[in-house]
Amino acid sequence: MEKTVKILNETGLHARPATLFVKTASQFASDVNIEFNGAVSNAKSIMNILSLGLKKGDEIKIVAEGEDAKEAVEALVNLINSKFEEK
Amino acid sequence: MKGTGASPGIALGKALVIENEPLVVEKKEIESTEKEKSRFLEALEKSKEQLKKVREKALKEMGQEKAAIFEAHLMILEDPELIQSTTKKIEDEGLNGEYAFKEITTQFVSIFEAMDNEYMKERAADIRDVSDRVLRNLMDQPIIDLSILDEEVILIAHDLTPSDTATMNKEKVLGFLTNIGGRTSHTAIMARSLEIPAVVGLKDITEKVNTSDFIVLNGETGEVMINPDEEEIQKYKTMKEKYEHEKKELESLKDQPSITPDGRKVELAGNIGTPKDIDGLLKNDAEGVGLYRTEFIYMDRDSMPTEDEQFEAYKEVLESLNPKPIVIRTLDIGGDKELPYLHIDKEMNPFLGYRAIRLCLKEQEIFKTQLRALLRASIYGKLKIMFPMISSLEELLEAKKILNEVKKDLDKEGIEYSKDIEVGMMIEVPSAAIISDILAKHVDFFSIGTNDLIQYTTAVDRMNEKIHYLYNPFNPAVLRLIKMVIDNGHKEGIWVGMCGEMAGDKRMIPILLGMGLDEFSMSPISILPARKLIRSLKHEDMKKVAENVLSMGSAEEIESYLEEIFD
Repeated sequence: MEKTVKILNETGLHARPATLFVKTASQFASDVNIEFNGAVSNAKSIMNILSLGLKKGDEIKIVAEGEDAKEAVEALVNLINSKFEEK
Repeated sequence: MKGTGASPGIALGKALVIENEPLVVEKKEIESTEKEKSRFLEALEKSKEQLKKVREKALKEMGQEKAAIFEAHLMILEDPELIQSTTKKIEDEGLNGEYAFKEITTQFVSIFEAMDNEYMKERAADIRDVSDRVLRNLMDQPIIDLSILDEEVILIAHDLTPSDTATMNKEKVLGFLTNIGGRTSHTAIMARSLEIPAVVGLKDITEKVNTSDFIVLNGETGEVMINPDEEEIQKYKTMKEKYEHEKKELESLKDQPSITPDGRKVELAGNIGTPKDIDGLLKNDAEGVGLYRTEFIYMDRDSMPTEDEQFEAYKEVLESLNPKPIVIRTLDIGGDKELPYLHIDKEMNPFLGYRAIRLCLKEQEIFKTQLRALLRASIYGKLKIMFPMISSLEELLEAKKILNEVKKDLDKEGIEYSKDIEVGMMIEVPSAAIISDILAKHVDFFSIGTNDLIQYTTAVDRMNEKIHYLYNPFNPAVLRLIKMVIDNGHKEGIWVGMCGEMAGDKRMIPILLGMGLDEFSMSPISILPARKLIRSLKHEDMKKVAENVLSMGSAEEIESYLEEIFD
């Protein structure tokens, strides 16, 4: 299960959005990874996610494998599309 | 000594040097990888328990926003990559837990430190803080506990970690001094939120100071003295009293009107550039925004901002300050502010060239996109639209015509906007000031932009050091123009404001008040001091001062007259 999305919120995957992203990914049993610029990063690792330095407009692929893969990808895509409920 | 002033205030007291020497982590023989792994995991658990306690304390004492940092620290401890890489290293290379963990965290620290971003650099400090705790637990080393302090001290450290600042007993801490850090480092931010005076970036203060030395520090200027003489101590004591007295006085002026003792009320507003500045407006009790520069939305990027992006930036400010008035200035690009993606040819005299409203009237799509975004945002607060650099009646009428076209478009599309938006213009070109009697019939307000008005009136390039002495706001010609604009505005029943540096200048405020200025817009930090000043000046007296000033022939004469009556 995979899906490509674009980061929409102003601040990118920093601070609160990054925390929210990792927390959401960690709720699922599946392995969840992000593909960006040819590298694969663990979506449940705050250090990996932050070190990508994702900015507004960057395109990432979310790849999940496991029993709840579909739900995991959906939840993360929704989070990004909702701009992390930023004001 | 001098460092970076990180949190204002004066502190005097005994030093406590925190010896947080870097841990020496050695490679050691281990009995079994299994045992080593569980030792590491135990230390992780122990660190988590400690951090949860720190977080609770921070939540209680510093609020949710500041406690969030420990939430982030806990996440680092739960990071699967960090844990797996460490256990894998123990297993594959037969390393001891502390050595393996140190290697892994060092990797991450260098990644974050190399990133070209302040926020990410600060994360390196987080990882170090967390890693230090785990290592100390692994090596049975004591973790410095600042919650037990017997006497009042000034803390001296290489750097204070977030856990240090969260756990320490604030009642006993008079100030901080650190070797490293800048205005945006953890220590600085924490110090400001705790209102503890602090100086950071002192390089080797931990080596220069011994525990129990007497320290004085000024968190505003960054000055620090070690074991000063009695005279210096007295000087700092007086400064401290004065600072605290003033702070209290300004604090008490919040929610008070900006009114003279004889009843002349004016509006003190703030100049801002991005929605990030809202905090400063609220903290300093701005009565509105007199100038919201929209250039920042257009800068540091490679294409035009979309209507939606602009809408969000305008809405945020309007909404957070509603119902206070927000004057948003339409795009003022050109001059010294360039946009690479606009591809404007280099000009001989950019300040006299293709800029601001001149550009917007030619590149109408850019202008219309901005006006649409402004109108759409207008329903979220009290918007006033202001055109920059108007130098003739034709330009003003043309700009207003385009605004009406955009309104009609929105009507057709059934998009809502406020029906009572005031439309005004900046007075920053002498030709506009001179015909302000005519222009006043076509706008709801004037706002005088002094930085440009001075340079255009006196023909002085304000960037040119050689003629800087000619750039003087007390130039009598400039003051006469200002008076003329205020009078012409009032004759037509419109309000007149000022959004240049001059409006917040405490030497200028009495004159402007006397001339009848209605709105003063300045850096938010200047608002409360300006309010204090206005509440001490009689309007009737200032009218006479202004009258006297306007009869004088040179800036020098005006300045010495003001010095004489106000000092």
